[in-house]
Amino acid sequence: MPALLEVSGISCRYPSERSAVVGASFQLDHGMLACLLGPSGCGKTTVLRAIAGFRRLDTGAIYLNGERIADTRGGLPPERRGLGMVFQEHALFPHLNVEDNITAGLRAHSAAVRRDIARDMLARLGLAGMERRYPHELSGGQQQRVALARALAPRPRLLLMDEPFSSLDFDLREKLRQEVRDLLKDIGAACLLVTHDQQDAFTFGERVGVMRRGAIVQWDTAYRIYHRPATRFVADFIGEGVLLDGVVESGDAVKTELATLRGEIDPQFAPGDAVQVLLRPDDIVHDDAGPRFAKIKKRAFRGENYLYTLALPSGREILSLVPSHHNHAVGEDLGIKLEIDHLVLFSAASQ
Amino acid sequence: MTLAHRAAAMLEPWRLGAFAAAAMTLLPVAAILLLALFPAQNIWPHLLATTLPSYITNTLLLMLGVGAATLVTGVATAHLVTAYEFPFRKHLEWLLLLPLAVPAYVIAYLYTDLLEFAGPAQRGLRALFGWQLARDYWFPEVRSMGGAVALMGLVLYPYVYLMTRASLLEQSARLLDAGRLTGRGPLAVFFFVSLPAARPAVAVGVALALMETLNDFGTVDFFAVHTLTAGLYDVWLNMGNLGGGAQIAATMLSFTLLLISLEYFGRRRRRFYQSAGRFAGRERLQLRGRKAAGAFLACALPVIFGFALPAALLLGHAAANFEESWTRDFRRSAFNSLWASALAALACVALAVVVGYARRMHGNAPLALAARAASLGYAVPGAVLAVGVLIPFAAFDNALNAFLRARFDVNAGLLLSGSGFAVVFAYVIRFLAVSVGSVESSWSKVSESMDMAARTLGHGAWQTLRRFHLPLIRGGALAAALLVFVDCMKELPATLILRPFNFETLATQVYYFASDELIGQSALGALCIVLAGLAPVVMLSRAISGGGLGRAE
Repeated sequence: MPALLEVSGISCRYPSERSAVVGASFQLDHGMLACLLGPSGCGKTTVLRAIAGFRRLDTGAIYLNGERIADTRGGLPPERRGLGMVFQEHALFPHLNVEDNITAGLRAHSAAVRRDIARDMLARLGLAGMERRYPHELSGGQQQRVALARALAPRPRLLLMDEPFSSLDFDLREKLRQEVRDLLKDIGAACLLVTHDQQDAFTFGERVGVMRRGAIVQWDTAYRIYHRPATRFVADFIGEGVLLDGVVESGDAVKTELATLRGEIDPQFAPGDAVQVLLRPDDIVHDDAGPRFAKIKKRAFRGENYLYTLALPSGREILSLVPSHHNHAVGEDLGIKLEIDHLVLFSAASQ
Repeated sequence: MTLAHRAAAMLEPWRLGAFAAAAMTLLPVAAILLLALFPAQNIWPHLLATTLPSYITNTLLLMLGVGAATLVTGVATAHLVTAYEFPFRKHLEWLLLLPLAVPAYVIAYLYTDLLEFAGPAQRGLRALFGWQLARDYWFPEVRSMGGAVALMGLVLYPYVYLMTRASLLEQSARLLDAGRLTGRGPLAVFFFVSLPAARPAVAVGVALALMETLNDFGTVDFFAVHTLTAGLYDVWLNMGNLGGGAQIAATMLSFTLLLISLEYFGRRRRRFYQSAGRFAGRERLQLRGRKAAGAFLACALPVIFGFALPAALLLGHAAANFEESWTRDFRRSAFNSLWASALAALACVALAVVVGYARRMHGNAPLALAARAASLGYAVPGAVLAVGVLIPFAAFDNALNAFLRARFDVNAGLLLSGSGFAVVFAYVIRFLAVSVGSVESSWSKVSESMDMAARTLGHGAWQTLRRFHLPLIRGGALAAALLVFVDCMKELPATLILRPFNFETLATQVYYFASDELIGQSALGALCIVLAGLAPVVMLSRAISGGGLGRAE
């Protein structure tokens, strides 16, 4: 069976545009939830618009269920691609009530069936009884739920979401993210969500694509994106951490100023190579017994944790995430030990 | 993308429609330039040696005078209502717009009747002081250059007032505070901070007022002020010289170009001066005693002389002459005015929707240019436009007739140039800008995601427009239709040239009666035009008192 969506080497650019897309490729399976993650202007929304049919392709092609829906000669108009789309600003039709908004995409059905579908969608999203309300009478979260219901009512094979949670406040965001995920899994629709927020990507996406300057630099699970970033950019953009200089000693050891780190090493590195090791704050664990100590330079209170910035004797800084009941003052020496499962190395020369 | 695909994309119907609208607007201009450069009988040297220099001088003098009058009146009143608090300020703020409803030619007829030697004003003075003859006393001559300047200034200053007021309200109160901290008083701050920042808006207002000045035919004709417009009529209609008419029209187009540039640069610069972020409410300085009375008078006088007095005079004349005025001819003219204006309004709104939708779907540089081109007509004086429409239409009619006579031995008559079609066509070109602007601004409030939502839900381009856009832009489209309708009702110079034989509108009827000094019989028609003209002014006023126009344009 062909993949649900295949984006194959697409480029879209206008001379004056920052957020161009340059040769982006990825695949999405049936029922899979995926995220495109990247800084603003990286072209992720342009990819979404190209899939929906609002952008012409300069190179490449897009396939849906193995059928070519767009290439450089044009493509299927948006209304015939059978995709759902949800936007950051909800984009509900202000002159239609909730029910008419939800049924706007159901044209082949009878009026009774349309109403039943609207009722069902509203019930699933906890909005039962709101059929007759108008968009301006709803809160932001309710509007976004209606927008979701509208996009899903025609049962699209694929739902496209453009920063759907960005305009919501923190608590609501987390709640809605979970609801949307459950609903999509329930009805078995695949989804491609575009966001600049790592939390969105990590909690929502079974696959995450990190984009930079119009290209997809890594298409992987969220776990691997965090723990095995493919490039220095991904390592830097996702989560916190520092890169510490080191030298490969053998097939499973890297010597750094802090310690000799042991773990599996990518065979592209040979003993004697100068490398940089990615150290996440949770790789460096507090232990009063040591074995190593580093001076606390800064600390940031994060509620359940402190993020300590520690200075090594050479002056290089590392980060350590420590439960917040371990309250140490700036200037103290903090005992640490390393807990690294996998060594993420970048060639020092490729800087 | 290959060239063939690019060509296919250009042929997409909406895009095609937008380019057609642009081409339609450019057609008369192109026709004029063509005929001016290659006239059948070249009288350019003759024109240059005789009348043209004086036409140009008079036009310049008139524009200079009206420019100065509208500038002073518009800026002063805008400053007073935005910076100070005085009795009836709130009412005057929108009353100051009312003169916009009175066409310049109507006010010219009324004041002439009032102020001429045999008029009530001079009769009263003579009775009061016992004068007998004109040489016993001095009284300004209304039918003169000075009279034309004063009367046009009186009805055109609202353009400057409207733009300046909006710009002054946009200025941040903090900016004015900063001005005060430099040690300047309120008036000094106005000249030091407010006016310079409002300059681009003032320029736009003056440019619009001057376009109307250049467009005017009724007033200059009645006052025998020989401007280019008057000259155009003389050469085209009385001397029957097409090439010469086109050459004068081309001369006027260069004036137009100047005004468009003035407006364009004004609008572009305006963006730099708009205060970023939100609108900081400024507190008005409370005026008392003599100063308050002065401010009140300064704002009330333009309203009284620009609207209240003429409206009262019109009412009086119309009531006194109702029997003779309410004739079959009158009703027929009114009917002609109504259907020609309604048809033009419909066409303008439809074209504006096509242009706007094409831009929305394929928003790129060529379409933006097409939209600009389609909006150029408002700057082209009506007389020039009429000549530009007549040249290609007459050529088409003649060619068609020649063909039909040769092939079928039938005479089709003047299909385009001899029917109301030419009149409506000219209206559409001239007022398309009004509808394009209005429709576009209400469309700008509909987010682009709305289009994408509708399209992904399975609606095609046409259905998306009909089901989701038209309900949302209905307000803007209706306003556009109303504005165009009223402008068409008032339109005189193009109608005079293009109307078929025996086809009168209210405006042309008023003009003919007034030319024959039958002011009483012209009053009913003029009153109807003024009443229609009040509709958009009321709309603007409501926007002003609702605060809507304070922020946006």
